[in-house]
Amino acid sequence: MAAVLDIVPENAWLALWRRLQQDRIGAFSLGIVIVYLVMILFAMAGLLAGGWSEEIGVPYANPSFLGERPNLEAALAQRAAQRQGRVPDLTAVDPLAPKYAEWEKRTAELKTGERERSLTLRWGGDRWGRDVLAKAIKGSQVSIAVGVFAALCATFIGTLLGALGGFYGRWVNDSLEWVYNVFTSIPSILLVFSLAAVLRSGVLAHLFASGIWTVVIILAVTGWTGMYRLVRAEYMKHRSREYVLAAQAIGASAASRMFVHILPNVSHVVLVQLSLLVVAFIKVEVILSFLGLGVPVDMVSWGTMLGEAQTELVIGKWWQLAAATVFMAIFLTAFSMLTDSLRDALDPKLR
Amino acid sequence: MSALVTVRDLRVSFRLGRERTLEAVRGVHFTVREDATLALVGESGSGKTVSAMSILRLLPENAVVHPASRVEYAGENLLSAPAPRLRALRGREISAVFQEPMSSLNPVLTVGEQVAEVLRLHRRMSARAALERAAELLAEVGIPEPRARLRSYPHELSGGQQQRVMIAMAIANEPKLLIADEPTTALDVTVQRQVLELIARLRERHRMSVLFISHDLGLVGEIADDVVVMRDGVVRESGPVARIFHAPQDAYTKALLACRPRLEARPRRLPVIDDFMRGRTPPAAPLERPPAGAPVMQAKQLRKEFRLRTGLFASKALVAVSDVSFDVARGRTVGLVGESGSGKTTVALLALRLLDPSAGEARLDGADLARLTPGRMLPFRRRIQIVFQNPYASLNPRRTIGRTLVEPMRIHGLGASESERYERARRLLERVGLPADAMQRYPHEFSGGQRQRIAIARALAVEPEVLVCDEPVSALDVSVQATVLNLLLDLQESLGLAYLFISHDLAVVKYMSDEVLVMRAGEVVERGTPEAIFASPQHEYTRKLIAAIPRGYSKSGSEP
Repeated sequence: MAAVLDIVPENAWLALWRRLQQDRIGAFSLGIVIVYLVMILFAMAGLLAGGWSEEIGVPYANPSFLGERPNLEAALAQRAAQRQGRVPDLTAVDPLAPKYAEWEKRTAELKTGERERSLTLRWGGDRWGRDVLAKAIKGSQVSIAVGVFAALCATFIGTLLGALGGFYGRWVNDSLEWVYNVFTSIPSILLVFSLAAVLRSGVLAHLFASGIWTVVIILAVTGWTGMYRLVRAEYMKHRSREYVLAAQAIGASAASRMFVHILPNVSHVVLVQLSLLVVAFIKVEVILSFLGLGVPVDMVSWGTMLGEAQTELVIGKWWQLAAATVFMAIFLTAFSMLTDSLRDALDPKLR
Repeated sequence: MSALVTVRDLRVSFRLGRERTLEAVRGVHFTVREDATLALVGESGSGKTVSAMSILRLLPENAVVHPASRVEYAGENLLSAPAPRLRALRGREISAVFQEPMSSLNPVLTVGEQVAEVLRLHRRMSARAALERAAELLAEVGIPEPRARLRSYPHELSGGQQQRVMIAMAIANEPKLLIADEPTTALDVTVQRQVLELIARLRERHRMSVLFISHDLGLVGEIADDVVVMRDGVVRESGPVARIFHAPQDAYTKALLACRPRLEARPRRLPVIDDFMRGRTPPAAPLERPPAGAPVMQAKQLRKEFRLRTGLFASKALVAVSDVSFDVARGRTVGLVGESGSGKTTVALLALRLLDPSAGEARLDGADLARLTPGRMLPFRRRIQIVFQNPYASLNPRRTIGRTLVEPMRIHGLGASESERYERARRLLERVGLPADAMQRYPHEFSGGQRQRIAIARALAVEPEVLVCDEPVSALDVSVQATVLNLLLDLQESLGLAYLFISHDLAVVKYMSDEVLVMRAGEVVERGTPEAIFASPQHEYTRKLIAAIPRGYSKSGSEP
């Protein structure tokens, strides 16, 4: 085994690394993607943006570089809080009146304190006074995780089915085509809705009770079709190539021919499609979260941020939209360019 | 006769990456005379195509032409001519025909539209007149029913007819010079002959000049008036065809003349370029063949039908191979010869059970391969191997040579450990004449001949008894063919391999084989020893194939 390791795979990976470094755009994009990944790891560990959900500022706190901007909403909220003391006495008709004393005793046991809310935050605050920058970082974690995992799942399904259909042809191909036709004949947004309904209520709801997995599964199950078609076409082209026949002649099994011989030769198609899927899925996640079918309310993603931004923009609070957009645009651009470079670096002919 | 085009001190280099450049053509001179054919001969990479395409400046974007180079046409230096002037010349006074007719024709336009376009671009003819003229041109290049063919799409024509259409387009404007870049290489041998004769006839009738590019000196000898032999971007020798053939001065020219298998002699090994370049005398002893023993591989009445779907439930059978039988004994070779579509590659695939036969048996050591389960087939896979025609397609481009060679050994459990397998792979590479550092390299880093050696090494990795060679040298230059054929003979002698040798080239099959089968449209039309077949061919098709073998200059000397 030692001989294999020092003759082949190590060299291939080292060469890939070297070529990626020579490609300036590729290296730069890789750097950005790594920065995002580190940021996500920190966010997952709670070291960064752990307190994104705490209301540390006044509602719609101004960004610190726009400190003098009048903040009408915060002033209104403050006045509303002051008014809260005078509640009309309804004891005579209120059926819950006997319980008030007990509740008040319970409340006294809990310590509540109004935290000092700051008037400005680094990149402004949202409606509840949460730090937009922290939200954007935490939102990156959720959005990228959803996009990447969903794309990986869709790629897996699409590549596997495409390989089977393209390689075996005949009835395998015919039956997979039927499945494909069924999936593509339903308008995709309708398919997404129905899947969301199935996964969020009913038996399956307990399996994926919370978190991002529901969204990942919805996206993967609806998004594999394009990948399937591309991979299938590539396999049909490659299965009768002479190098595949030669592999059959030396006794390589069908699985080995499909995944060890042909797959590396179609990997550029898969990689490019994968990167497009990541980008597309991040955008679909935005739409889903906007419609309330995406990540749960106790999580934040670029999508929920953009959803909130819609109402904020009307009253001139642009920073949440800006934060989400900038974070998303930088990542998606860097990711697309990285996959392009990766494809070139993986192609031995372009050395 | 005066000069039509003179190329002086042509230097062309290619930029590769940021700093590297490759000098493809290094100071080439030649003159195309009026009303004559000049042939540029050389192996791939010799710079012959680049030199010819420099005349029209049809070069890739990364090509750099040295400023001192000159291409003189009617007193004008075409290398410094402005682009509009070149456009006016291209297709009108100088036109070109390329190697691949299928990719040179636009698949979504009809033949008539494409021929008419050339006329309308340069002559401002009306659409009707142009179509009329196009029909005349198609008739002139020998396409049957030219009027009906105007409405055909390129894929409806055969390769030979496509090339005729290309020629019709090239001569549509009565050019003074026709550049033909390997126009017959992609065609069948009998079609090759017809196209060659067509070009010669058209040249005479239209009094134009032809610049004919080829890797095959034997072919060129039949139509050229002057020959320029190129290698590595320089001219090795140039002169009238008679002198090149009868009194070649340069060692390389002599080698090119000698390395094609001859019909009349069967030397122990073919002379190769290296022999001549180093001044060695090529071996002259005749080839010795072992006596026929018990057959290792037998084919009995093999038949293969493909079903073509014609409707939802309807299909029709296409018979690719019918009733083919042969026996191959240890250390001996059965040759299979025929043109494309004759079913010879299907026979190869049936012999290895890469396809299942519709009827008949392919037996290896008495066992009928078609009846074996995949599990029982595996040990037999080891004993019969194949070398494909196209060395560019038969190696996995994403794998290093080392991995390609080790994989078959791993599948069949040869060699005790991985390091032993790598050691064996290294010895195999040495055996086929490649350096050991080839192990870590990828297929695209090798030339066609080297790749074919790698493919042979892979086939030998499992120590087979039978090797099926499906056109192993057809994609290679004539000069490289000899080295690969010699390697196959060496291996046969030392390992006692049985060969099923498939080729469209009768001369190669005759040199290699002990028995020859001539195939046409899926059937064997003639069989026998190579000597008998050449001495007295019985079938008309065999006679046609023999007549199509290029014979160099000597034969054309008798013609006017």
